[in-house]
Amino acid sequence: MEQTSTHTEHRDDTASKIGMWLFIFTELLLFGGLFIVYSVYRFKNPVAFHLAAEELSKLIGTINTVILLISSMTVAMSISAIQLADRKKAILLLSGTITLALVFLVNKYFEWHGKFEHGLYPGSQELFDLGQGDILFFGLYFTMTGLHALHIIVGIIVLTVMLVKVIKKNIQSDNYAQLENAGLYWHLVDLIWIFLFPLFYLIS
Amino acid sequence: MSESKQPSYLEYQGKYKGLFGWIFSVDHKRIGLLYMYSIMTFFIVGATLGLLMKLELIAPGKTIMDAQTYNGLFTLHGITMIFLIVIPGIPAILGNFFLPIMIGAKDVAFPRLNLLSWWIYIIGAVIALSSQFMGSGPPDTGWTFYAPYSFKTTTNMLPAVLGAFTLGFSSILTGLNFIVTMHRMRAPGMNWMKMPLFPWTLYGTAWIQLLATPIVGITLLMVVAERTLHVGFFDPALGGDPVLYQHLFWIYSHPAVYVMILPAMGVISEILPTFARKTIFGYKAIVASTLAIAFVGYFVWGHHMFTAGMSGTAQFAFSFLTFLVAIPSAIKVFNWISTLYKGSIHLAVPFYWAASFIFVFMIGGLSGLVLGALSTNVHVHDTAFVVAHFHFIVFGGVGFAFMAGIHYWFPKIYGRMYDESWALTGWVVFFLGFLALYSPMFYLGMKGMPRRYFDYLPEYHGPNIFSSLGAVVMIFGLALIIINLIRSARKGEKATANPWNGTTLEWTIESPPILENFEEIPTVTEPPYHYK
Repeated sequence: MEQTSTHTEHRDDTASKIGMWLFIFTELLLFGGLFIVYSVYRFKNPVAFHLAAEELSKLIGTINTVILLISSMTVAMSISAIQLADRKKAILLLSGTITLALVFLVNKYFEWHGKFEHGLYPGSQELFDLGQGDILFFGLYFTMTGLHALHIIVGIIVLTVMLVKVIKKNIQSDNYAQLENAGLYWHLVDLIWIFLFPLFYLIS
Repeated sequence: MSESKQPSYLEYQGKYKGLFGWIFSVDHKRIGLLYMYSIMTFFIVGATLGLLMKLELIAPGKTIMDAQTYNGLFTLHGITMIFLIVIPGIPAILGNFFLPIMIGAKDVAFPRLNLLSWWIYIIGAVIALSSQFMGSGPPDTGWTFYAPYSFKTTTNMLPAVLGAFTLGFSSILTGLNFIVTMHRMRAPGMNWMKMPLFPWTLYGTAWIQLLATPIVGITLLMVVAERTLHVGFFDPALGGDPVLYQHLFWIYSHPAVYVMILPAMGVISEILPTFARKTIFGYKAIVASTLAIAFVGYFVWGHHMFTAGMSGTAQFAFSFLTFLVAIPSAIKVFNWISTLYKGSIHLAVPFYWAASFIFVFMIGGLSGLVLGALSTNVHVHDTAFVVAHFHFIVFGGVGFAFMAGIHYWFPKIYGRMYDESWALTGWVVFFLGFLALYSPMFYLGMKGMPRRYFDYLPEYHGPNIFSSLGAVVMIFGLALIIINLIRSARKGEKATANPWNGTTLEWTIESPPILENFEEIPTVTEPPYHYK
């Protein structure tokens, strides 16, 4: 933009990293609001939440957890690869991360699709007949996994931009703060899932 | 003042000229002024709405509007004043302009993000205000969007809620930017304990913006989901709990009060030493109380809900914490007064504003204790007393501090002096109008007049006339002030670099500053407010 030419160009990697961490705090609190609502309603409807959780597929949930954990590893490895100036390996690992993220979304789609087929979605008559605890559970389920899926999509976009930058050599062994920040964001998305998975699929 | 080799930020021509040179500028000073012009525009709208409400209340029964119009009006007045004006207010205008200069930096840490924040602010404002012109009539829930009414009402709620959500992003990004700026860009020698107090209060504010805003963001999204997709969150018919909405809303919106008042306290802490020619009394105490307010302010939200249904234990805890948070505010007042003690006070318009700030802030703060105490709270809950209290704090506190700040820094911003006698007259008229407008509401509230009704019982008529006339006087004073500032920005006398004999870094550079603020980044050796 204009005027940057006279502003002395300087790069402060520490500043951008602090900025990213602060942003991550805000993301945690955004989900934190939903976690509060979840705990209040779980406390008020223990039986309904227990029975509703049985409806979710532990298998798909576990597969998706493994997928995200591996993708966190590959993104971390791609940063190490860049630091060691191994561009090809970094490109490979970043592409792998993005592929895993897409597989996660495909699984999620089938999972949601199944729930819709059974009429388990907000506003449906079936869900209304099941009672208030189930309405709350599935409302929270769709909102929280939906918001998480939105973060996965944003993550895919961010990682794709990083991939292009690595290919174009805009990210290199002496200038990789952006990639590190993208990695931090991806770990955050992973971390939130690590909490969502037991809350919805495992606790019963 | 040395002869300038570089043009000032007002004259500097970048890639874009004219208007585009402003709305695409990444210079923190221009962005500060962009915020000021937009916020002032909204403020004139919000103040007009307030005046219309006071005119409706000049007599019992329908005076100039019907009940539903009045409901729409107080909702829009609240949304505009809170989300568009007071929350961004001082940090976005004076903070953007002066934070980098006062810590000896050339700009904020992320200049482009700073410009993005302003754009998000404008987009959020447009979304919020579009609620007035589309769909099925203006929202009528009040600015708090309380469930379950906010998803039952047929009025056009969605844009208002989404607008508030969007504005939250702008607030978060500004806070993030300021924190990183203060951590990374202080001039050599300026350690934390040599940082002036206005940046310190912005630091506390920025953390609140960062950590509290996401909660209201997600809460508003839940309201949107409930309204559009019928997801059960707060609707009792779907098993939800409306009181939980109030909790989540106030977890943000009470700390937001400190987003408003902390920077105001910072402005006052800058002005008083300058006009008393004396170092600030208890610098460390002011810093500590700033952080204490930011911290304790998180845990007092329940005092908005004493009558909403909560356990006796919770009420007791929230009441206790509310009294606790009053202590650091009182510490600040004592420090300000002690700063004046034995100072050689120079009477000028910024000082009058600052002194009247302390006066109205004390009334607002002490009336807050009436509301923080459980028994009196039940008596005056949702009455005009509450309205008087928060207008004394939010409008009296933040508004007076902003006026103090804008007059104080006006010569630095525009390189010109304002007209002293106009400014003084404006202050007198505004101050008297303000007191006449809000003081009767304390009485009316104690007598039981509820808030948010377009009508009232005949026995409340007298004080209401007084209050409405006060509103007219205050708006007249406001007009005097704004006209004076606009005229002086164009035609005022040229200002020197340091017209008030201030000691902080912004007074060491030219008025108006050059694009990069400093010809050479200064090295700081003295604490701020160092008067010999």
